[in-house]
Order: sequence, then structure tokens, then C-alpha cells
Amino acid sequence: MSDPLNGNNYDVVIIGAGPAGLSAALTLKKSGIESVLVVDRDSEAGGAPRHCGHPPFGIREYKRIMTGPSFAKRLVQSARDNSIKIALKTTVTMLQPAGNITVSSPEGMGKITAKRVLIATGIRETPRSSRLVSGDRPLGICTTGTLQSMYYLKKLIPFRYPVIVGTEIVSFSALSTCKKAGIKPVAMLEENQRPTLRWPLYYAAQAFGVPLLLQTQIVKIIGDPRVRAVYVAENKGNIREIACDGVLFSGQFTPESTLARMSHLDLDYATNSPIVDQFGRCTDPTYYAAGNVLQHATGKKAPIYYNPSNLPQPVDVAGKCWDEGQITAQWIVQDLAGNLPQ
Amino acid sequence: MDTPKHQNNFSSTTQIIARADVAIIGGGVVGCAVARKLTLEGASIVLIEKGTDILSGASKGNSAILHTGFDAPIGSLEWECVQNGYNEYLQINKSLNLPLQKTGALIAAWSEEQEAKFSDILKKGKDNNVHDLQLLSRKEILELEPNLGKNIRSAIVVPREFIIDPWSTPLAYLQQALENGGKALFNAEVTDGEFDGMSWLLNTQRGHVKATHVINCAGLYGDIVNSKVLGNCDFTIKPRKGQFVLFDKAARKLLSSVILPVPTARTKGIVLFPTIFGNVAVGPTAEDQDGRDDASVDKENLQALHNQALEKIPALANIPITATFAGIRPATEKSEYQVSQDPDRNWITLGGIRSTGLTSSLGLAQHVHQLLLQRGTEFKPLVSPIVPSVPNLAENQPRDYETSGYGEIVCHCEMVTDREINAAMKGSMPAGSIAGLKRRTRATMGRCQGFYCSARLAELTKGKFEDSIDVGKADV
Ligand SMILES: Cc1cc2nc3c(=O)[nH]c(=O)nc-3n(C[C@H](O)[C@H](O)[C@H](O)COP(=O)(O)OP(=O)(O)OC[C@H]3O[C@@H](n4cnc5c(N)ncnc54)[C@H](O)[C@@H]3O)c2cc1C
Ligand SMILES: Cc1cc2nc3c(=O)[nH]c(=O)nc-3n(C[C@H](O)[C@H](O)[C@H](O)COP(=O)(O)OP(=O)(O)OC[C@H]3O[C@@H](n4cnc5c(N)ncnc54)[C@H](O)[C@@H]3O)c2cc1C
Repeated sequence: MSDPLNGNNYDVVIIGAGPAGLSAALTLKKSGIESVLVVDRDSEAGGAPRHCGHPPFGIREYKRIMTGPSFAKRLVQSARDNSIKIALKTTVTMLQPAGNITVSSPEGMGKITAKRVLIATGIRETPRSSRLVSGDRPLGICTTGTLQSMYYLKKLIPFRYPVIVGTEIVSFSALSTCKKAGIKPVAMLEENQRPTLRWPLYYAAQAFGVPLLLQTQIVKIIGDPRVRAVYVAENKGNIREIACDGVLFSGQFTPESTLARMSHLDLDYATNSPIVDQFGRCTDPTYYAAGNVLQHATGKKAPIYYNPSNLPQPVDVAGKCWDEGQITAQWIVQDLAGNLPQ
Repeated sequence: MDTPKHQNNFSSTTQIIARADVAIIGGGVVGCAVARKLTLEGASIVLIEKGTDILSGASKGNSAILHTGFDAPIGSLEWECVQNGYNEYLQINKSLNLPLQKTGALIAAWSEEQEAKFSDILKKGKDNNVHDLQLLSRKEILELEPNLGKNIRSAIVVPREFIIDPWSTPLAYLQQALENGGKALFNAEVTDGEFDGMSWLLNTQRGHVKATHVINCAGLYGDIVNSKVLGNCDFTIKPRKGQFVLFDKAARKLLSSVILPVPTARTKGIVLFPTIFGNVAVGPTAEDQDGRDDASVDKENLQALHNQALEKIPALANIPITATFAGIRPATEKSEYQVSQDPDRNWITLGGIRSTGLTSSLGLAQHVHQLLLQRGTEFKPLVSPIVPSVPNLAENQPRDYETSGYGEIVCHCEMVTDREINAAMKGSMPAGSIAGLKRRTRATMGRCQGFYCSARLAELTKGKFEDSIDVGKADV
């Protein structure tokens, strides 16, 4: 196998083979930029949709309603059809000025230089720890993304009767994943008066037979070695115990922007996204960012769902990320042709 | 469940499952260090641990600072063991591949009252044989630590304080004991025992252990073990919890030294410190509690810690929190270590090793060896003992992912390879639980806390531990 990585120079290196990264790669190819490399640390390309085993994906891109995994497959196929080079199991470990990046892969460490680098590393949910939730630290605590990848990718489940915390759009996915996996949530908790994602959740919780407890906050997790119960505080100040074998923290998305955070690039601390200009260009103009790693506080994106002001971090659907990958790739094409202002 | 109830625990039907010169009760850092030392001195040892893995008690969560002992009680055994432990660690760490980072510590004064204590601290340092303490002006501090809050007044620098790996350290100690002939038993709580004038027969959940000498290193249960087995104990464990908040690795560039507060009588106080893994942590609290196993965290204390950290380094406000955790000190009603022996019954107790045990453990092990020598017990030291090399998890040394030939990176935040995970489940001291695996590899201990890797990790560890990440296959 020839090593695509070490010591190589590319016109554009894209970090992340999710919807944003792959659509950018396709756009670059179609615009005649041949020297493009997509790297992804995962063992398969496709990004987050790979573990979102539910519709609707693909409407914008393929004009059909698909599940996440089939959408991801389709994306990767399009990339392969256009002979886009994708290096898997390849983790970018460091970004340095002027498009110099360091990677680790089973072949060892390598350095790559690109005229432009696109950061398309996506988003994740906030774990229990940074929410500062009280209690023990047993097995059985996870996020929607973990539940989804355990179930859709490995057919394993982390609990059988969890409490779900949060009522964002992704909490809806959590409910539907539970349903598919034969998991029976005992309650869904929302601190506020209304669910973040209003009517669909009322409807979904009911349809799935999961009690939706509003103005109810998780105050303590109990159990060793597995979750045994949670204490919740109700609006009136009552504390009560709910028996369960897991806690699913859903939502509170935060960009997977570690690479930018650890580098010379400036971060917008309100959103934890790299700061970009109207072209998606970071504070070092050889770097760009697109997809869910960019949150909308830059003014560039509009939230896509009903968004009460207390929504913690709106997250874009795959289709939006796909669009953004395209648009940003077009700016990169312009940039390489010398057509962007400095 | 169906085993017949017998009055006499020493019924002849129970098998002797291990025999050794020395039985060590407890696989905390102290027990592991004692196991290593006595093995190297030529004793046959068996370490008996009630948990499924080492580090099931106090040694599970600490600040991981290798202390000089500048502030130890003057002339105390604690002081002696801290200094001896410190010196021995610096001699052996390289050969065991244990990491070390010299950060130095600053005892920082934010008020005049605190500054008023400096002359005492400087004097105590001298009396404790730590001669390089030095007073720093505000300007000098800010040159060293430009991110500290500007209202800092002055500080004493303790140049030779280090940070180390709290988990690989005891692992390396026990591994060296095991690879040189020692034994370890897990899931083997010691419930009682009998001394026949020559040797001990200890009763454990798994069977009997016969040993000439017993060293009680049961940490948070040290008093209970003495009461149950010896029949008496002159100290009581008063568990004292310490919570921590751990910041994202991006914080590391904001801090290079350990920032100690001016101590009070009760504790060393809240410390802000870098970790060997490249994070910054704040803690520990000091909360007296009844529970010996209750390492739960609570929001108010975590928030208070977070606020304190931000007061000291305002720029931490922009750094996400990676983890929260707690450790429990085996404190007693006394401030001294509770080290004692019953020479007539070949028993030594290393009790109440509260807040310096990671540093002092090698010193305590030397002390135990001396006590045994004084009893007239002599062993023949090993001539060329095996020196195992533990995998490095520290950020300041090359990590596994930097070498080719691994299959994949499993935990992306902490850059843990499948090769490391598989290795941690094998060898002389394989992980005994998911928690033990995390401590050996750092998998899921990073910023996403398992969002990306739990699924793969569940798959890789399936069937290996009694309690697994998953609860089974989906019903579909
Ligand atoms: C739990 C969850 C559920 C979701 N559910 C839905 C849904 O139902 N519908 C929907 O439309 N959207 C959903 N989303 C939103 C999802 O983020 C988008 O659909 C879309 O996948 C975002 O595309 P992206 O390309 O920005 O990032 P991603 O798809 O997340 O792709 C990022 C890629 O970057 C790679 N990567 C990250 N860091 C590195 C590195 N250092 N080196 C190399 N590679 C790296 C990752 O492995 C990943 O493949 C969900 C997201 C999450 C987290
Ligand atoms: C918050 C905090 C911060 C600290 N910071 C530092 C620091 O920076 N530097 C430093 O040097 N030290 C530090 N320490 C101190 C250090 O962690 C302790 O001194 C040390 O861990 C005590 O170890 P131990 O082996 O005595 O006890 P333990 O770790 O409690 O070990 C005892 C073991 O015995 C087992 N056991 C108990 N009963 C039985 C039985 N009946 N049969 C079989 N097995 C049994 C337990 O399961 C346990 O594994 C800190 C401690 C805390 C809590």
C-alpha cells in the first residue's frame, strides 16, 4: 500500500468524512481541483449519519427520504465514484500555521502540507461530567450518540430502562432508537416549562409511552457499579427517586473543535467553534471550517427548527452541513484562484 | 448461596489457596509498594485485595503530586516516609517507565494574612530538610505564570515538586512483585484470621491464606481489618472526601506549576495543578463523611471548585470541563499516620495514610522492611530482579499512537489505540474491571467521556469483565 500521507503535499486536505467534508470534496473535484485528500479517524467514512438509523436524511441531496446509514453509504459512494482519496483510521493530531498538519495512522505519524485545509469535524453532545450532575459515576450513563452507535453499529445496548434527560430534536432520536432497540425509558426529563422541541416531543413521548416530566431536573445519580436510580427535583421543590438502570443525556451539542482549540486558530468561546469570516475562513486563512463544527453564532447560519431563546446549541441537520460543505468548497476554489480578498 | 453455614470459619474443608512469607492485605498504592519491596528483598508475598482490581479504595482518585514533604509534621514518620518515598521514586521511575514532570509548586498568597504565614512555612521547609524554598515577588510570579489572576501578592516556590501518574505507579510496583514471583488474589476480602504462634491463617472469600507475617494495608478499611482479624484497633477511619474538577487539555498552556494555597491546620487546601496527562485540575475538597466507598460528586462543591479555579486563572473561563471525580482519604481521628506493629503476632498495620500516600508508599515499604529485619526476619534479596516497563500514558513522553502497527485508535480524545487496550487486558496484572481498564489506558477519560468510543470499547471488552459497558444485545 502506498502511503498517501507522509511528506505529501495537497491542494486541499479535508478533515472529516461526514456530510460536510465529503460534499466539499465532491465540489472541489468537480471544480477541477484534483489534489484533494479527505482524512477521517474512523474506520469508515460517512460521519455522524452512520449511526443515525432513522429518516429523514437525503432529501436535499438525493431527493429521497433515507435513513442515516443509507445516506452515509450513498455519500461515500458518490465520493468513490469521483475517485476522491479518503484516508481512514487517520487522525489529525495537530494543526500548524500555513496548512501544516500532523496525522497518526496505523502506518505511523506523518506530516502533510496543504494549500488549504478544511476542518469538518462535526459535533457531539455534552457529557454528564461537564453538566456537573451530582452523584455516583456508575456504568449506564451515556449520550444519544453513544446509544446510537452502540445500537446501530454494534447491536449492543447500554441499559434497558433509562431516564432520558433533555427534549431537543436529538432527544426524539433517542426515543426512537430506544423503541427500536427494545429499551423502555421510564421518564423523559425537562427542566423548563415546555419541551425544547415542542409539539413533536409531546407527541413522540406519548406515542412511545414515555412519561414527559416538565420542570423536573435530575439532581443525583445513584448506583454502583450500574445506575440504580436517579433523584429528580420537581418544580415545587419535591425530590423524588426514580428507579432506572441508566441515564441518557441528550443534546447540548458542542462542536468537536479540539483541533482548533489546541492550535493557533482563534475560537469563538460563546459557541466553541473556530472563528470564521464570511467565506468560512479561519483566523489563519489557510484554514477553513464547515458543517456542524461551526455553530451559528457567527451569524452565518440560521437555526433550522423552532428555536426558543433558551435552546442551548442548535445543531444543523445533515442536509445543511452538506450545503455548507459545497458553499465553502466554492470559496476555497475561488481562493486558490486568487479571487478572495486577503 | 447454598453453602452450609458453618460456625467455624476455619473448617478443614476450606482450602489453603496461597502460602507465603508475607501476606499483604490491600491493593492500594501502599500495599502495591510493600509487595514490590518485600519481593525484591527476597520474601515470598501474596497480596490480597477484595476488589476485582488494584486501586479499589483511596488510591483511586488523588492529585498525583510527588511531594517533597516540605510541610510534613517535623520529625514524624510521615515526613520520613515521604522523603524516602520521594527519593526512591526518583531512582526507580525511569527503569519502570513511570513518567515524571517537574512542575515545581507555588504556595500563593492572595492576602496579607496569608503572606504573614510565609516565614513559618520557610522555616518549616528548612527544618524538614527542603532547603530550596524561595520567596517570589508578584512580578517574578507573573513571569513564571502569566495567566494567574493579577491580584496575586507573592509566593513561595517549592522547585522540586513533581507530578506523576497516580495509576501506573502502583500498577508498576505490583507488576514488579508479580513478575518476580509474588502472587495477588482478587475478589478476596479478608474477613478474619488466626495466629498459631508461628504463622497466620487468614480467611478470605476465596479460601485460606497462610503466611508468617501480615501487613495490613487496607486503607479505608484498615481499622476494620485490625478489629476483625487482630481483635483490636487503636484508631478509627474518618473518611474524608476530596472532589475534583478537571479542565480540558487546552488549559495546560495556561499553567505550568502546581498552585498550592497557604495551608490551614486541616488540609493542604484547594490546589490548582497540571496533570501528567496534560489536563489542569482543581481540588480536592475536604469533606468528612461516614461512607468509606461514597466517592460521589455534588454540584455545589463542583461549582465552588470551578469558581475558585477561575478566580486564580481567569482564562479558564473559556475552557470546558472534561471530568469530575472524587477520592476518599483514609483519615483518622489523629493527624499522624497510624503505623503500628504487634511483633508477637507478626502483624504490621500501615493505617491512616491520608493525603501523602502516593509519595510515601515506597518509604512506608522501606519502613516495613526495617521492622521485619528488626524482628530478626531475613530474606535473601533478589540478585537481578525483573524490571517491568509499564505503558506510558503521560503527555510529556511518546505515546503508543506515535508508533506504527496499531490497528486503530479507539478513544480519540485520549488517543488510545486498540493495541494498548488489548495489552491492558493481558499480562501479569490485567485489568479487573472497566474502571481498571480506563486507569490503565485512559480510554473514555477525555473530553467527550465516551461519546465517540463507548460503542467500540463495549465491543472490545465484551465478556471480559463481570460488569460490562453494555447490558447485552438489543432484543431485535
Ligand atoms: C447524536 C447525534 C444525532 C444526530 N441526529 C441527526 C439526525 O437525526 N438528522 C440529521 O440530519 N442530523 C443529525 N445529527 C447532526 C449531524 O451532526 C449531521 O447530520 C452531520 O453528520 C454533520 O456533518 P459534519 O460533516 O459536519 O460532521 P460529522 O458527520 O460529525 O463528521 C465529522 C467527521 O470528522 C471526523 N473527525 C473528527 N475529528 C477528526 C480528526 N481529528 N481527525 C480525523 N477525522 C476527524 C469524524 O470521525 C467524523 O467522521 C446528529 C448528530 C449527533 C451527534
Ligand atoms: C483527594 C486526595 C488527594 C490526594 N493527593 C495526593 C497527592 O497529591 N500526593 C500523594 O502523595 N498522595 C495523595 N493522596 C493520598 C493517597 O492517595 C493515599 O494516601 C493513598 O491512596 C492511600 O493508599 P492505601 O493503599 O493506604 O489505601 P487504599 O487505596 O484505600 O487501599 C486499600 C485497599 O485495601 C482493600 N481492602 C480493604 N479492606 C480489605 C479486606 N478486608 N480484604 C482485602 N482487601 C481489602 C481496598 O479494596 C483497597 O483497594 C491523596 C488522597 C486523596 C483522597
